[in-house]
Amino acid sequence: MAEAQNIPVGSTTAGSIAVAAESTVATRMSAPPSFDVADFPVPHGREEEWRFTPLERLRGLHDGTAVATGAGVKVDVQAPEGVTVEAVGRDDVRLGRAGTPVDRVAAQAYSSFEAAGVITVPKEMVLTEPIRVTVHGEGGVRYGHQFIELGAFAEAVVVIDHTGDAVIAANVEYVLGDGAKLTVVSVQDWDDQAVHVAQHSALIGRDATFKSFVVTFGGDLVRLHPRVSYAGPGGEAELFGLYFTDAGQHQEHRLLVDHNTPHCKSNVVYKGALQGEGAHAVWIGDVLIEAKAEGTDTYEMNRNLVLTDGARVDSVPNLEIETGEIVGAGHASATGRFDDEQLFYLMARGIPADEARRLVVRGFFAELVQQIGVDDIQERLLTKIDEELEASV
Amino acid sequence: MATLEIHDLHVTVEADNATKEILKGVDLTVKQGETHAIMGPNGSGKSTLAYSLAGHPKYTITGGTVTLDGEDVLEMSVDERARAGLFLAMQYPVEIPGVSVSNFLRTSATAIRGEAPKLRLWVKEVKEAMQRLNMDPSFAERNVNEGFSGGEKKRHEILQLELLKPKIAILDETDSGLDVDALRIVSEGVNRVRETGEVGTLLITHYTRILRYIKPDFVHVFSDGRIAESGGAELADKLENEGYEAYTTKGGVSA
Repeated sequence: MAEAQNIPVGSTTAGSIAVAAESTVATRMSAPPSFDVADFPVPHGREEEWRFTPLERLRGLHDGTAVATGAGVKVDVQAPEGVTVEAVGRDDVRLGRAGTPVDRVAAQAYSSFEAAGVITVPKEMVLTEPIRVTVHGEGGVRYGHQFIELGAFAEAVVVIDHTGDAVIAANVEYVLGDGAKLTVVSVQDWDDQAVHVAQHSALIGRDATFKSFVVTFGGDLVRLHPRVSYAGPGGEAELFGLYFTDAGQHQEHRLLVDHNTPHCKSNVVYKGALQGEGAHAVWIGDVLIEAKAEGTDTYEMNRNLVLTDGARVDSVPNLEIETGEIVGAGHASATGRFDDEQLFYLMARGIPADEARRLVVRGFFAELVQQIGVDDIQERLLTKIDEELEASV
Repeated sequence: MATLEIHDLHVTVEADNATKEILKGVDLTVKQGETHAIMGPNGSGKSTLAYSLAGHPKYTITGGTVTLDGEDVLEMSVDERARAGLFLAMQYPVEIPGVSVSNFLRTSATAIRGEAPKLRLWVKEVKEAMQRLNMDPSFAERNVNEGFSGGEKKRHEILQLELLKPKIAILDETDSGLDVDALRIVSEGVNRVRETGEVGTLLITHYTRILRYIKPDFVHVFSDGRIAESGGAELADKLENEGYEAYTTKGGVSA
């Protein structure tokens, strides 16, 4: 299981480091970023950015046939005192600042949403309780937009919790003022039928710190684009992800860290466990260090643990460096399996098979779970991991 | 008194799309407090015996019986065998990333003993056992067997032997790949467990070297899937002087 680069259960692991070559990060996209869905052709599945995604399971989010239902998805925001929560129209000037849609579904969401949620934490306000956004699906189709801004030196934790059954395309923006600290936990705990496609764009201010946990358990198809860029030097981004992909599920995480500013840091760690026939996890980790981004320090890692036959992982780290004047840049990807020999070893010490599996998977995720720092979410995750494992035996 | 009885054990493995019989009728009885050395040339089936007793899924039992205190071991799952009192110290322990030694040991002890050991007493017990095996305390925080040297892996196996206190311990080539110092430390660990008189030991080895440290009551020579000769400690001396040639030649003629 250690550093298996290619394992015989259909996993692929590939990576590349390009130095001052033609931008592979840019060529990964078949059209330049745009807010207008009309600027993107309907994907047919052979484009680089769509080739892993089963389009027929997108329920029409990609070709304009998914019509918003108006009802059927409930969004609720609970925020501590002093935080402003608004619903604004499409013309609000704040929207779109953190990032531009990079694929057709994100542009469809931007072109189709009726009202955007805006959450603002005033400058220098330090929250002791998390802001909680709950998105609960009751069978509806929704195009959403959520904008979250922290003023200079503000500190906040935001939990965005997705449950139920829905078809959703959305953009989520995070704008961090200078010196702000934002931790975001996005939980995709959907029912089995749900389809969720979203772009998360973060714009990190000077000396600001952005920490993101993306936790994906449920859904028929989940495809997320967590993206980060910097508005000033000294910014730090930590992007953590956990996913547990079950039989028949497609869970895809496509990250981009755009080091467009000198002296910024990024650290990406995504870990996934897979089990069951047709479980498919995709991880794309793009890091771009632009020519002007001297003093960059970046590392990205993806680890996958395959628990049964029939699961597939595609893991593609990609690091593109346009300047040599950096502190560090690296990436790693490894996919291994919990194999019969490990199971035998643990069982030969009296540990029953289901407990052995739990021990290994909990151990695999532990370092990430412990860093979340929101107790009820941590507990729910561990319970969820146990439930997933029990379902498998 | 715990007794492991192996009677006419036949075992096959699947290799290259063919079924191959490895054990061809093994008879052996190991009682608590006794130490049996099983010696034999490579490929004679010694390790197959060890893994078959522990229940490794690669091996198929095609005949014979194995009982522990009258209970049918072959009917038990791997973990049930361990909880019944069988312990296999492995020749090649596998790495388990993400699981720390301390978490592993405690989970295992809880399973074997039927209840979680009291934390304070347990920490002390582990610490002392590790000290006796010359293991650094930081060992407990490392992942099971991950990046361990050959000697560390074997000491970790013997640490488990000391903590889990089985009725029957099967040591599969625990001496292979160890330098003299490590061999001495590991042997002392095994002897501490033997001296309690609570364990029956099945010591599987290719070399007579370890028998200078661990004195067997019985020595069995394994050849071509069965025990070819049994005797006392003096049989080991004979092997030391004459090697396995007499047994391999015989095997060669019959094959």
